[in-house]
Amino acid sequence: MSTASVLKKSKSNAAVKNKRKKRFNREAFWAYLFILPTLLGLAVFYMFPAVASFLLSFTRWDGLTAPTYVGLENVITLFQDSSFIRAIVNTLIFTAVSVPLSAAFATVIAIMLNQKIKGMVFYRTLYFLPVVTMPVAVGMVWKWLYNTDYGLINYVLGIFNLPQPSWLFDPNIALFSVILVYVWMTVGNNVILILAGLQGVSKTYYEAAEIDGASKIRQFFSITLPLITPTLFFVFITGMISSLQVFDLIFIMIGDSTALLEPLRTVVYAVYEYGFEYSQMGIASAQAFLLFIAILAITIIQFVFQKKWVHYDG
Amino acid sequence: MKLKLANHTLLIIGAFIMIVPFIWMILTSLKTFSETMQVPPTILPEEFKFDNYLNVFASVDFLKYYMNTIFLTLGRTLVQLFLCSLAAFAFARMEFPGKNTIFILILSVLMVPMQVILIPNYGILTQLGWIDTFYALIVPGMFSAFGVFLLRQFFMGIPKELDEAATMDGCSFFGIYWRIILPNATPALIALGIFTILAAWNDFLWPLIMTSSEDMRVLSVGIAAFQGQYSTDYPLLMAGAVMSTIPMLIMFIFLQKHLVTGIALQGVRR
Repeated sequence: MSTASVLKKSKSNAAVKNKRKKRFNREAFWAYLFILPTLLGLAVFYMFPAVASFLLSFTRWDGLTAPTYVGLENVITLFQDSSFIRAIVNTLIFTAVSVPLSAAFATVIAIMLNQKIKGMVFYRTLYFLPVVTMPVAVGMVWKWLYNTDYGLINYVLGIFNLPQPSWLFDPNIALFSVILVYVWMTVGNNVILILAGLQGVSKTYYEAAEIDGASKIRQFFSITLPLITPTLFFVFITGMISSLQVFDLIFIMIGDSTALLEPLRTVVYAVYEYGFEYSQMGIASAQAFLLFIAILAITIIQFVFQKKWVHYDG
Repeated sequence: MKLKLANHTLLIIGAFIMIVPFIWMILTSLKTFSETMQVPPTILPEEFKFDNYLNVFASVDFLKYYMNTIFLTLGRTLVQLFLCSLAAFAFARMEFPGKNTIFILILSVLMVPMQVILIPNYGILTQLGWIDTFYALIVPGMFSAFGVFLLRQFFMGIPKELDEAATMDGCSFFGIYWRIILPNATPALIALGIFTILAAWNDFLWPLIMTSSEDMRVLSVGIAAFQGQYSTDYPLLMAGAVMSTIPMLIMFIFLQKHLVTGIALQGVRR
């Protein structure tokens, strides 16, 4: 090969490279431009506030004047505050009862709907209605249904001579009454998720089980349940994350009655009270951040324990 | 056969429990105040009256709440669909330095619960002078990490040959996004749109904190405040609740196929 042709070749190589580089630069420029608005918005309204919230946890701040550093004082105060401890306990009970209950009901309903049943869309629509309904409205309707004297529920119980509890005003059962409403609100969403999971289960498993003469109940526990564990895992994770943050329903149920504060106050309600009723934003930040840590911890624990019950080999 | 009958019976009982609160909400909204204070309660109204609906408009500026909520919902949803799809396009289809790092940074936002960012945001919006304005209601809600993630997943599934052909024809990056990717991603865009509309319409804590005047009130905050003023007048409260929820119920009934696909997608993907 002559020197000239080598030179020519390397020259054209360089030109291609240059062209490619140019194109790459142009591509990168446009890509950054496309991402910029979202990244900027998320940085200003989500990422920076998340960091700021952590820092504010160590301050006393009224939301107007400059915050003053107080170290761990907020956290220490909170753990000595019995009403905040109670709010943590309420939140944990709320989550521990509502999430499994909602998942269990949803599993039963989804299995019944998965039997090629007539009116599938009709049922699915009805079960899903509460999910799209404004939680504030849901709270108001149920408050009225639960009304001790004029409510529909106690009226029906009275017809059958059953005990008529004061659902919301008996401090021992108030939280459970709200949990029932929350289960009613969330079950439809879980039905959809589990139905999608069930539709991924291959029919051959059941055919084999039929041949072996396994009963329907046996089939459920040995085939269906193990094979939908990945979906159930997702239902549990997302369910816990949102139920630990419950607010709207609690806010409406408490309303103006101070008597309901103790039995119904959740952590987010406490954040609202401290931050926006007492203007103690430092303490409120500490509360919110503790909740964040708790949510992270519970999620991580679930991921660690999933090996024990979630089967991905279906 | 027997099993099917048992199935239907149980499903109907369940469906009944789901629908009764809605029926009771509507029936109560048509009763008079004195009728609701009767023991035992009446099931059907003695006389179907629509006065409560008119009274809601007479006692507060309900029309304003409605317009505010529609404005907030449309503002958040339209901008979010545009910005999220644009970013998702870059992550799914383009090469640039730092792509993975930036994507992980955006995903990290998904972990942060709303109330953690609430208090600093109150400070930020105060600094910007946005408290009690539409900016506070709409602007922070225009950005969504979830939206970027959902759309990117969907865009990745659209055949690459389509944009390669378009590049050959000299189509710009924005052209590929606008003419190739968006038209092929309508199911995902509709699903994200419904999620955003629902969340914006039903949002409560954010508008409760970031607005204070009657002029800026949205439906959720409006009917909650209503409860404070007319705590025992349930017919009036129920009329307000019916009117605030009906647009979403109608949207759901017409678009449920898309919503169901969207929800199912999330669960199966993991």
